[in-house]
Amino acid sequence: MELLLFGETGWGDELLIATLMTLAVSITAMLIGFVFALIFTPLKLSKNKFLNLIANFYTTVIRGVPELLVIYLFFFGGSSAIMFVASIFGYNDYIEINAFLTGAFSIGIISGAYSTEVFRGAIQSIDKGQFEASNVLGFNKVTSFFKVILPQMLRLSIPNLSNVWQITLKDTSLISVTGLVEIMRQSYIAAGSTRDPLLFYTVAAVLYLMLTFLSMKFINKMEIKYNRGY
Amino acid sequence: MDFDLIINSFPKLLSASIITLKLLSVSLIIGLFIGLFFAILRIKNNIIFGKIAYIYSYIFRGTPLLVQIFIIYYGFGQVEFIRESFLWIILKEPYWCAVIAFALNTGAYTSEILRSAFQTIKPGYIEAGRSLGIANKIIFYKIQIPIAIRQSLPAYGNEIILMLKGTSLASTVTLMDLTGVAKYIISTTFKPIEVFIIAGSIYLFITFIIHNLIKLLEKKYSF
Amino acid sequence: MNILKKFGLGLLISLFLTISANADKIRIGTEGAYPPWNSKDASGKLIGFEVELAWALCRYIGQQCVIVEQDWDGMIPALQMRKFDAIMAGMSITDERKKVITFSQGYADEVASLAVMKGSDLEGMDTPEGVNLTLGGSAVNKALKTITGALAGKTVCTQTGTIHQNFLESGDVGKVNVRTYKTQDDVNLDLASGRCDVALAAAVAFTDYAEKSGKPVVLVGPTFSGGAFGNGVGVGLRQASQMGADSAQGIRDAALLKAFNKAIDQARKDGVISRLAIKHFGFDASM
Repeated sequence: MELLLFGETGWGDELLIATLMTLAVSITAMLIGFVFALIFTPLKLSKNKFLNLIANFYTTVIRGVPELLVIYLFFFGGSSAIMFVASIFGYNDYIEINAFLTGAFSIGIISGAYSTEVFRGAIQSIDKGQFEASNVLGFNKVTSFFKVILPQMLRLSIPNLSNVWQITLKDTSLISVTGLVEIMRQSYIAAGSTRDPLLFYTVAAVLYLMLTFLSMKFINKMEIKYNRGY
Repeated sequence: MDFDLIINSFPKLLSASIITLKLLSVSLIIGLFIGLFFAILRIKNNIIFGKIAYIYSYIFRGTPLLVQIFIIYYGFGQVEFIRESFLWIILKEPYWCAVIAFALNTGAYTSEILRSAFQTIKPGYIEAGRSLGIANKIIFYKIQIPIAIRQSLPAYGNEIILMLKGTSLASTVTLMDLTGVAKYIISTTFKPIEVFIIAGSIYLFITFIIHNLIKLLEKKYSF
Repeated sequence: MNILKKFGLGLLISLFLTISANADKIRIGTEGAYPPWNSKDASGKLIGFEVELAWALCRYIGQQCVIVEQDWDGMIPALQMRKFDAIMAGMSITDERKKVITFSQGYADEVASLAVMKGSDLEGMDTPEGVNLTLGGSAVNKALKTITGALAGKTVCTQTGTIHQNFLESGDVGKVNVRTYKTQDDVNLDLASGRCDVALAAAVAFTDYAEKSGKPVVLVGPTFSGGAFGNGVGVGLRQASQMGADSAQGIRDAALLKAFNKAIDQARKDGVISRLAIKHFGFDASM
């Protein structure tokens, strides 16, 4: 038990920091995922076959390949690709992508594929009359998207987005390859160093449960808030 | 891109995917029984059993599969009395540790899928059975279970695909599944991109087949 | 056009990159899971023989260093994609690795050994004390034959992508049932749990584990060197030709190789390597 104490000899403070890191990288990944989803959802709903194809390729590939492989590919291929792009712009030196962003980005790509599907479902379930109504009111496409469609889409998406959040949170356990010290990597290091894997992996499980429990509480509150008036 | 490497490693990866499929199917079959068992516990009105089933599902859905597999493999392996018990015959083998973790994990999700399917069966079906004088037990096996399975097909299809991806974690406990062999090839060739692309394509292909099989089943059993 | 370039680059950077602020520092990659070569303490700090040696070599080179942690299985790809400039991770100099990277001169020599838990039927194997595969000869062949017989039907565990794995798969000891792990720590755990009948790694990795865990891990058979076991442990570096020998990066990589070789010479002469080796291994493993 003294292994879990704070301070020089215990792993308590390291695990606490790692938990915050998991939370931080999950939130960042979720937000990056939203950006991806906001780009790909319109493509998915577009009447243009080619744009459809691109969006479907993204969601199908990402959801059909193990997360571990996506992360590895991004880790090994990502920085080469970025350096290649940078070299086109005439920059040839080494570009370091820090572990946090590599991790958040690779999980974000995965999370974005799931969010895209959620947003698409939500938009499709919005009453057609709403689109027509905003047309009649003389809103242009952009205004009607931001003022009419987006708020409803977000409200309708909350229950399913909470699933995406859970997936994202748990996927962060796989990013240890990027060198980011989150819950899983810290437990792995501690288990290796103290030779007590049962203790540290159980602690890791408890920390993840705590994060899912607390975030679910928070999401339920949000749901109630955004459902006011319905 | 090293095309020789791609051509050379393809057959190795393909044969490794047999291990992946074996892990997947064994885990799914065991997980289906676990899921059905806990789903029934949830819908019966027994508070204690219902609570136990809920806690099981909550724990396994609320923690990463990687943690679960590490606890079962590395965690339990360090406990003296487990090593001296009959359990060690099974837990000694990485293959069975992986299957246990996968089955318990998919069992938790399956129990949720089946539970909600049971709960959405229209009472009319059950009443119709009763009015025909069919025994409750037979109603359960012949009406409720088949309808629940049909109802849960789309969600279960997704679960199969999630589990297929989950099997890639078997490589973390020394198994030579598709991901394991991919990592092995990389450790001797130092060319991660090429190898991961082929491995990814094989996973994608399997996903595609599963997806279409489920679609086919849905069509066949639609009403 | 210039503005466009700058804008594009700026966008890239601000989106998801941080340009390395350590451009003038030497970045050294290590694993942090291979005690006593390199590992981590309870405060998460990297420690071990190579970590201290790295600081010493950097002082000789006269440049600042950063030590970067990297999983073993991505070590060489990470060097190639310039995540760091040098590897100091108990990596033996082998012909196979020399095809993709280059090495400084060796700074320490490690002998490999098999290990079992006390009470194993492999104890008391009748072999010479040491086997040098490069030398060969009838004594070596006889020893390999004894080991082949002893390992038959056993589960032999080792770390992925190591000289030890290469040796077990080379056919020198017949067809062995090899099981590979991500880290040596994991190998140790499964040796102790009994999932592995026998394990192969650097001898010091086992003695260090036995001492720190109190588990009855014992070395069996000969110590191995030469052949598949390479020629000592050195600093892994990018081949100057990888980025083009005349490119700025290629010139820098070639200079780094020279600098490390010179620093190792000096550290050896001053007795620094010996002192650190005795501190961490308990004997003088310097070379």
